Amino acid sequence: MENAKKNMKFSTHSVSNENREGLKAWLNPFGYGWERVSYWLQRLTGVFLLIYFVGHVIETSSIIGGPDVWNSMLQLTQTPAGHLFLILVIGTSTFHSANGIRLIFTHLGKGLGEPGRPDYPYSPSSLNYRQKSGIWVALILAAFAMLFGVQVLFGKG
Amino acid sequence: MSFGTSVRGDFVMAAKTVTLRIYRTIGKMKGTSNYDEFEVPIQRWTTVLDGLLYAKSYLDSSIGIRYSCRMASCGSCGMKINGTPRLACYTKFSELNTSLIICEPLGNFPIIRDLVTDFSQFFKHHKNLEPYIQNKSADIDNKKDLSWFRQTPEDVDKYLQFSYCIKCGLCYSACPSVATDSKFPGPQALAQEYRYFSDSRDDASKKRLNLVDTNHGIWRCHFAGSCSKVCPKGVDPALGIQLMRGHLMKFSKSSMKKAKLEFIHSDDYSGTDG
Repeated sequence: MENAKKNMKFSTHSVSNENREGLKAWLNPFGYGWERVSYWLQRLTGVFLLIYFVGHVIETSSIIGGPDVWNSMLQLTQTPAGHLFLILVIGTSTFHSANGIRLIFTHLGKGLGEPGRPDYPYSPSSLNYRQKSGIWVALILAAFAMLFGVQVLFGKG
Repeated sequence: MSFGTSVRGDFVMAAKTVTLRIYRTIGKMKGTSNYDEFEVPIQRWTTVLDGLLYAKSYLDSSIGIRYSCRMASCGSCGMKINGTPRLACYTKFSELNTSLIICEPLGNFPIIRDLVTDFSQFFKHHKNLEPYIQNKSADIDNKKDLSWFRQTPEDVDKYLQFSYCIKCGLCYSACPSVATDSKFPGPQALAQEYRYFSDSRDDASKKRLNLVDTNHGIWRCHFAGSCSKVCPKGVDPALGIQLMRGHLMKFSKSSMKKAKLEFIHSDDYSGTDG
C-alpha cells in the first residue's frame, strides 16, 4: 500500500518551459474571440502608454534647461508625425482607460453572471454580451477620441 | 475539400477527402520536427480523431496519438487543430470548412512524441491546489460514524459546472499567462480551486484563498477568456477565477453558507446490515 502511494506521487522535477508559447501567445489575438482581442489591445496600449509616459517625463523635465530647451522639445510634436503620435496617445489612453474600468469590475467578480448547469451548445457566461459590449464601447470611444484629436490637431484654424 | 477515391477505395467509395497535416517529431532530437501530410476520406460526421486513426491504420502506423473514449469524456485527444486547442474526437471535419487540417501538439505542454504531450506539470499544478473536499467536522478517516451533508440544489449549482472538468488541458494550452509563466497554476487548477471553495461541504475556504493568493497565483490571470472559449465541457474557468478573485478582494460574500453535517452513529446502523 505504501509503495502504491509512493508510485502515485507526482514527479517533483522542476517546471519545464519546453514548448511554452511565450510572447507569441501574447501577440496572437486571433482565434479566441473578442476577449482575447481586448487582452491583446490592453497589453499593447499599456506598453505604448508606458513608453509615452517615460518620454513625457523626459519632455516635461526639459523645462529645467530653460525656455529654449523647452520650446525646442515642444517643436518635436508640432510636426505631422508628432501629431499622429499624439493622436495615437489619445486613442490608446482612451481604450486602455475604458477597457480597464471593465476589467476592474470583472476582476472583482462583477458582471460575469452566475455559475449554472451548462447546456450544449455551451456559451460561457463570463464571455457574455455585457463583456463584449464593454469591449466595443471602449473601441468606439477610442475611435471618437482619435477623430476629435485629428480635428483639433489637423483641422483648420 | 475534393472528391476522389481514397487509398482504401473499398472502404469509402468516392468520398470527400481532406489533407491532414500532422506534426511529427524525429527521434529524440529536440527542436527537430516536420509535418507529414495524409489524404483521408471523410463523411459529414467524420471527426478529426477518425481521420487520424484512418491515417494511422492505413497510411502510417508510426503516428503518435493519444485517445481513449472517443466521446469527449476522457480528455485524452486534446491537440491544436488549425491553431486552436480542441478535442480531436469532438471536432468534425465538416465544421472546420477547409480541406487542409493541421494537427499539432497542445501548446504549453512538453512534447513526448508527435501529438502526444506530457501532462505531469499540469497535474502537478492541479494537485498542489488540493482538489478535494476538506472538512474537519466530518469523520472521513476513522469511519466510525457515518456522516452526510445536506445540500440543496442551489448549493450544488454553485460548483456543479466546474466539476464537469475532464482535465483535457485545452484551457491550459490556450491561456496566454501560462505561455509565459510556468509557475502559474493555469485556468484548470484555479477553476478547480473555486469548485471546492464554493462547495458548501468544504470548510477550508481561507486556506484555499491563501493557496492562490501568491505572486504566480490567481493575480496572473488577465481575463483573456480563451480558457472558457476552448473548454469542450462548458466549464467556464474564467468565471471561476474572477469569482474567486472577488472573494479574495472581499467584494463577494466571504462567508458562504455551509452544508449541514449530520451524523448517523454506529449504534443506529450496526444492526441493519444483517
